[in-house]
Amino acid sequence: MRSQTQFVQFVQGNIACAEAALYAGLDFFAGYPITPSSEIAEFMARRLPQSGGKFLQMEDEIASLCAIIGASLTGHKVMTATSGPGFSLMQEALGYAIMTEIPCVVVNVQRGGPSTGLPTHVSQGDINQARYGTHGEHAIVALTASTLPDIFRITVEAFNFAETYRTPVIVLLDEVTGHMRERLDIPADGEIPRVGRLRTSVQQGVDYHPYLPREDGRLPMSDFGDVHRYNVTGLFHDMWGFPTENPKIVYGLIRHLTDKINNNADQMTRWKEYYLADAPTVLISYGAAARSVLHLVENRRRRGEKLGLLELQTLWPFPHDLVREKCRQAQSIVVVEMNMGQVLQQVKLAVHDPEKVFLANRIDGELITPTDIHNLIHVIHGKGV
Amino acid sequence: MPVRDYLRERFFPHMWCPGCGHGIVLNALLRAVESLGLDKSDIVMVSGIGCSARISGYVDFHTMHTLHGRALAFATGVKMSRPELSVIVPMGDGDALAIGGNHFLHAARRNIDMTAIIMNNRIYGMTGGQFSPLTGYGCFGTTAPFGNVDHDFDVVELATAAGASFVARSTAYHVHELFRIIKKAIAHKGFSVVEAMSQCPTNFGRRNKAGSAVDMLETYKDRTVALNSKEAGEAPEKLRRGIFVQTERPEYASAYEKMIQAASKGN
Repeated sequence: MRSQTQFVQFVQGNIACAEAALYAGLDFFAGYPITPSSEIAEFMARRLPQSGGKFLQMEDEIASLCAIIGASLTGHKVMTATSGPGFSLMQEALGYAIMTEIPCVVVNVQRGGPSTGLPTHVSQGDINQARYGTHGEHAIVALTASTLPDIFRITVEAFNFAETYRTPVIVLLDEVTGHMRERLDIPADGEIPRVGRLRTSVQQGVDYHPYLPREDGRLPMSDFGDVHRYNVTGLFHDMWGFPTENPKIVYGLIRHLTDKINNNADQMTRWKEYYLADAPTVLISYGAAARSVLHLVENRRRRGEKLGLLELQTLWPFPHDLVREKCRQAQSIVVVEMNMGQVLQQVKLAVHDPEKVFLANRIDGELITPTDIHNLIHVIHGKGV
Repeated sequence: MPVRDYLRERFFPHMWCPGCGHGIVLNALLRAVESLGLDKSDIVMVSGIGCSARISGYVDFHTMHTLHGRALAFATGVKMSRPELSVIVPMGDGDALAIGGNHFLHAARRNIDMTAIIMNNRIYGMTGGQFSPLTGYGCFGTTAPFGNVDHDFDVVELATAAGASFVARSTAYHVHELFRIIKKAIAHKGFSVVEAMSQCPTNFGRRNKAGSAVDMLETYKDRTVALNSKEAGEAPEKLRRGIFVQTERPEYASAYEKMIQAASKGN
């Protein structure tokens, strides 16, 4: 059954992401202009004040992420959007949001790097930066998508995961999915579930412990400005939020921060699959590259070649179990991405026989095409160039 | 309410060195808050990193101990999402003006309603005495063993040029004056900057032959002079204390609310 829709638009992926943020309940956004993500900030500058929300243009990306973390602490749903160089600047505050467990969503519309790189060209080079960019042991959640409806859904889910697990969540778009225009049906209210802030039920005058997890591991929050006054710090801290160097507490906190993500990886794993059942060759891809893969897979199917596609939407925590399961029957596995094999590394870790895993990539700033992939598969299968 | 009720006493003793001026600044700050009759739950203190930043742990407000230099950026998010809260941002000199220099300029430019207190001890104390942007030419630090060739900022001129609508300076010696200035700064609607000169006998004093904490406090008495006082006219070489700027201009959070009203009408 076709979903009931509020309205239909023909827009860019960046706008799908921005509309989804509003759908999720965003009312505070801070950002700094950077190609290819600026459309999101421009959208927010227009739309948020119209509904009483706030858009701030800050002095840099550092301040942008800091500002939304501050706003999240007063009880708001918050987001910022950037691209590679800005994402690099945000790594410090990203670690702060992880350590202080303050929900926020960070969109990185990837462009070519390193450095200023290729501002207007596509890349998927920030997968590992999303995972490992900020210092110290930590876990992270990062989602991606290849179509506008999927960008919409995973952006709403990014807000849901941020609230559920009290963590920053990264939405990894790329220049192609960010700027690609296609049909977007805005889902009706309630069609995609929305997770609100879990607030403490502790009454005024009773001790509230901001960093004492409940039995289910979740930590109810109290908005800054409400009755409970507490401390927040990027230092290792006890259940009151006060700095400590007690080894037992340090150990407990770092396990809590990593376990709450890694132990719930199944809950956050999102993917799509096409023609996997009988496919001896499984292509694994995500984001813009997955569009080319899907085109190729459907084309070759018509010619009797049994290719299948596993499109990943959750990149971190990496769905190793899912990949292992879906590749169980595969004779060869081809990871298609626009980098030097960042997801390839994870797939090799996931499957029983890493020798069967190959890379089909493009790293020159151009979108990998179905023909590129077809030719590379030809080489991989030893059929010559 | 007694001033000690604004403290989280269970976290004392504090971690500042004997003779440090930061406790005096904390004292003046709490008396200012008490004198204004502010409710503890209506105050958010956001601090960065350094000796100064630890002040947020000791006060019973909503407190956020953030990243080095970034306190004003976090505070901007807090203030803009809940404009009714009073936001106080204590910072060190390196915190505010080196790593946080850009955030400082832009918070002043926006004239966002918050109180920035720069606890200026002219040194990176917590990391062991490296020179800061306020150490000054010719002074010594662990990273300026042959004398500093970096010039210093004048915080008052910098804040004024950047657009702060309240700019003042006092010292840990002039604690009553500091109290009165901080009180006015918190009450002021707009970006308020208070430079609170605060002695660091451990890391600045020792390396610069500035003597004991008491000697350093007496230096504040001898080498500064109240703005517009008779003595000021006679001693142009002495550093001015007092309120340099106190003006009204559109405040950021209020201006934003007006913009929301205008934008909503067009909706």
